[in-house]
Amino acid sequence: MNEDKLVIAGIEFKSRLWVGTGKYKDFTETKRAIEASGSDVVTVAVRRVNITDRSKENLLDYIDPKKYKILPNTAGCYTAKDAIRTAMLAAEAGISKLVKLEVIGDEKTLFPDNEATLEAAKVLVKEGLIVLPYTSDDPIMAKKLADIGCPAVMPLAAPIGSGLGIRNPFNIRIILETVKIPVVVDAGVGTASDVALAMELGCDAVLLNTAIAGAKDPIAMAEAMKYGVLAGRLAYKAGRIPKKLYATASSPLDGLIGS
Amino acid sequence: MMIILNGENKQVPDNVTIGGLLEHLKIQPERVAIELNMEIVKKSMYASTVVKNGDSVEVVSFMSGGN
Repeated sequence: MNEDKLVIAGIEFKSRLWVGTGKYKDFTETKRAIEASGSDVVTVAVRRVNITDRSKENLLDYIDPKKYKILPNTAGCYTAKDAIRTAMLAAEAGISKLVKLEVIGDEKTLFPDNEATLEAAKVLVKEGLIVLPYTSDDPIMAKKLADIGCPAVMPLAAPIGSGLGIRNPFNIRIILETVKIPVVVDAGVGTASDVALAMELGCDAVLLNTAIAGAKDPIAMAEAMKYGVLAGRLAYKAGRIPKKLYATASSPLDGLIGS
Repeated sequence: MMIILNGENKQVPDNVTIGGLLEHLKIQPERVAIELNMEIVKKSMYASTVVKNGDSVEVVSFMSGGN
């Protein structure tokens, strides 16, 4: 599928599987899982540097920014103001202008605050950032984000870390028909079949973290996710058969013995 | 002098620049971003921006995270 490249805001992505770097046992496991996933896009958080203990290793000593596209997120931000501040700091840190915008509305569900997300996205797009917003699976919201200049939208499949899979495939389909920009399913997938389903629906990529990092064998699950994305994308491009209520024989009826 | 560094009081050399502060803290400037009193300081300004007594400085970088 070398010709089947994903391009967002002029940036070419080799992989349609994007992975987070949270919740791993250590940086070595993080690195091995990401390598097994075949992904070239990794999300990172923006946090205060540990001033008192400088001996601690840095994630970017393991994940080479020259090899991977680093996608900083605004995870943990509950207001547009905090998300804007975090995104601007991420851009200033100098790796890229890409930002995964998250404005969380509620601690229990980690559902996005769509109103605040739109407000922050408007500011950050004007500041020249490439804003990839995490949103609910709402086609109207997706359209609003596209209209203000987001080059892709990232609707959730289910609550972050829930592993519930795609709760509303019909909304995802409507989003795909509503916006002309890439759609990246972000959050809530649990296993490889969830990822395959997202891709079969026609999504352009899937972003996940917990489904790999929380699996009993993260490295094996990372590899499974790689194949899930490839299988789903190929199936989407191949064009599946329509669903029918009754059987259609796939062996010829001519030449049956006794006929 | 005392400044508020990442939310905590910290004794640092008087009239230190942002560049000098990072050196003092043994932090490589390449992959960090700095706020001085809530305003982002561009990397090109590290050498010329002076921190004053009581100032608030944030030093952030990229850490593990997904959503």
